[in-house]
Amino acid sequence: MDIHEYQAKEILARFGVPVPRGGLAYSPEQAGYHARELGGDAWVVKAQVHSGGRGEAGGVKLCRSEEEVREFAATLFGHKLVTKQTDANGKDIFRVWVEAASDIEQELYLGLVLDRKSERIMIVASGHGGMEIEDLAHEDPDSLRRMVVDPAVGLAEYQSRELAFSLGLRGGEIAQMVNTVRACYRAYRDLDAMMVEINPLVITKSGDLVALDAKMSFDTNALFRRPQILELRDRSQEDPRESNAEDHGLAYVGLDGDIGCIINGAGLAMATMDMIKLAGGEPANFLDIGGGASPERVAQAFRTVLTDANVQVILVNIFAGINRCDWVAEGVVQAYKSEGLTLPVVVRLAGTNVAEGRKILEQSGLPLITADTLAEAAEKAVEARARQAA
Amino acid sequence: MAILIDETTPVIVQGMSGRIGQFHAEDMIKHGTNVVGGVTPNKGGETLLDRPLFNTVREAVDDTGAEASLLFVPPPFAADAMLEAADAGIRTAVCVTDGIPAQDMMRVKRFLRRYPRERKMRLIGPNCAGVISPGKAFLGIMPPHIYEAGRVGIVGRSGTLGYEAASQMQALGIGVSTSVGIGGDPINGSSFRDILELFEADTETDAVMMIGEIGGPQEAEAAEYVRDHMTKPVIAYVAGLSAPKGRKMGHAGAIISAFGESAQEKVEILSAAGITVAPNPSAMGETVARVLTEQQDASAQRAANG
Repeated sequence: MDIHEYQAKEILARFGVPVPRGGLAYSPEQAGYHARELGGDAWVVKAQVHSGGRGEAGGVKLCRSEEEVREFAATLFGHKLVTKQTDANGKDIFRVWVEAASDIEQELYLGLVLDRKSERIMIVASGHGGMEIEDLAHEDPDSLRRMVVDPAVGLAEYQSRELAFSLGLRGGEIAQMVNTVRACYRAYRDLDAMMVEINPLVITKSGDLVALDAKMSFDTNALFRRPQILELRDRSQEDPRESNAEDHGLAYVGLDGDIGCIINGAGLAMATMDMIKLAGGEPANFLDIGGGASPERVAQAFRTVLTDANVQVILVNIFAGINRCDWVAEGVVQAYKSEGLTLPVVVRLAGTNVAEGRKILEQSGLPLITADTLAEAAEKAVEARARQAA
Repeated sequence: MAILIDETTPVIVQGMSGRIGQFHAEDMIKHGTNVVGGVTPNKGGETLLDRPLFNTVREAVDDTGAEASLLFVPPPFAADAMLEAADAGIRTAVCVTDGIPAQDMMRVKRFLRRYPRERKMRLIGPNCAGVISPGKAFLGIMPPHIYEAGRVGIVGRSGTLGYEAASQMQALGIGVSTSVGIGGDPINGSSFRDILELFEADTETDAVMMIGEIGGPQEAEAAEYVRDHMTKPVIAYVAGLSAPKGRKMGHAGAIISAFGESAQEKVEILSAAGITVAPNPSAMGETVARVLTEQQDASAQRAANG
């Protein structure tokens, strides 16, 4: 789960990371008010959306007067920001962060991630911040420092010190860097984060280390024990179809094709999408109904897939282990009737209670297209798609 | 003896008194698994499915000599249940639970390292379908009737895609020695490589079908092992050729976040290591069949020449 920059800064500040003074605005007037409150003669106005690349996309501006702050904020509110990390629709701007501008001497990069190779928290840092980590890894790989943390011991102070010196920091910068790295680690560990990124982490002309940007994302599996993090969830930043599906126990990812997919198991879902592509079609979505799906959940899966207006054919592929084919079949029949379906539906059932499931489909008298194998299901879906187009 | 489990392995079920635990324990018993008891705190002394229940794993191990455990424990308590199994001397634990926090798994993996090799518990999963040695026993939630007993090993991240492979093989009359689901989480107990090592050493396995997916470094690590150490043929399929970068495909671990993590890149890495990659997911069975035929032809050739 992602949170906004200003929320990440608030959290990290609580753990001891220095951040610029700022205020959150819900209107241009409020943005101007914050500028006046903060004082000084320069402010950075930043659109709060769950995406990187906001600067390039025109969502961030250095403003020199209160009026400029208000005017720029007015161009953000109610609009969508399209960045290279969002889709073409972009993300709604409902919140704007105004902060005192800093005089930058040097930009650094600091990130913490779960490293799947070592199966530990990895700290990544560079003396060259500002650009995206992917670009940094590509353009200046030698500048990257990596270290992993032993979960039994935690981050040792010497590790942060080594990191600080290896980035070329000196004097008073060392202690500040050590504190910042340790604070980020504690925040990561104590709040079940999956990612903490400060980019850029800057050294100001007066020699202070400050987090100019901050990104945090959290392990959704751990939210049951992090209610204060769950409260930070902003549904306006999520794809409504995906979050709606999630509320019903379905994993859904919208794609560009026109064959809607309803499948159990993430691996089988990806494999079915691959098979559709191979047969000459394009999947409209990834959808995993999960284990032990009730007829109601299957019906909900249909409703989710049908929210995509591009969908021309629906392919149901269930290999039941912990699931039951008879329940799935009931769900298909239920959805077909309640949604008044006119689209062709291809159903392939296998595994637990398959005979009962097929019987339910047959006896329903509905014009369902059945298939016995994965390949047959994909081919029939693509054929049905071609007939729809004709 | 196949790998990890056979009909003699004494098994306990942690969380057996729950609805799901009981359902699957019953199925396991029906299919020949030697289930000797269950563990549910505060239910010690009771009986379920004609088996004794214990308060702790240690009591269960002391009383029954259990060597393997299947965990149906809810996510908040699953990591603790794994630690308990490891400390009580369980040799093989399979965790089906989906939704365990990543940092819990990080700590579990670190904890397991405190034991010397001969006492270290082998953990399979979490978020997996389990382990089955067809015709002998199984630990998990798979439908056992789709597996034919035989001499090809299966290892995969995804449960249902593993079923797909097994049923394609069954349709061609190819049997399975053991099938292992290693789970879809970013941190899992056993990797592809760990399981390939077991298959390589198993006298009842002739070849291995490996089913990967996008995300993570474990397919590449397995490719290196196959290239350098494995004598048995390996057939692979990688799901997710159509998956976009940066989008999580259901499994917490199925997200392309680094170079070498896309399906295409993994296929290239596996092929370069001499692994036969099935061109699509409905050709898993026929690709195994082709490789087995080639293997037989080659050994017949050797016999003729010798």
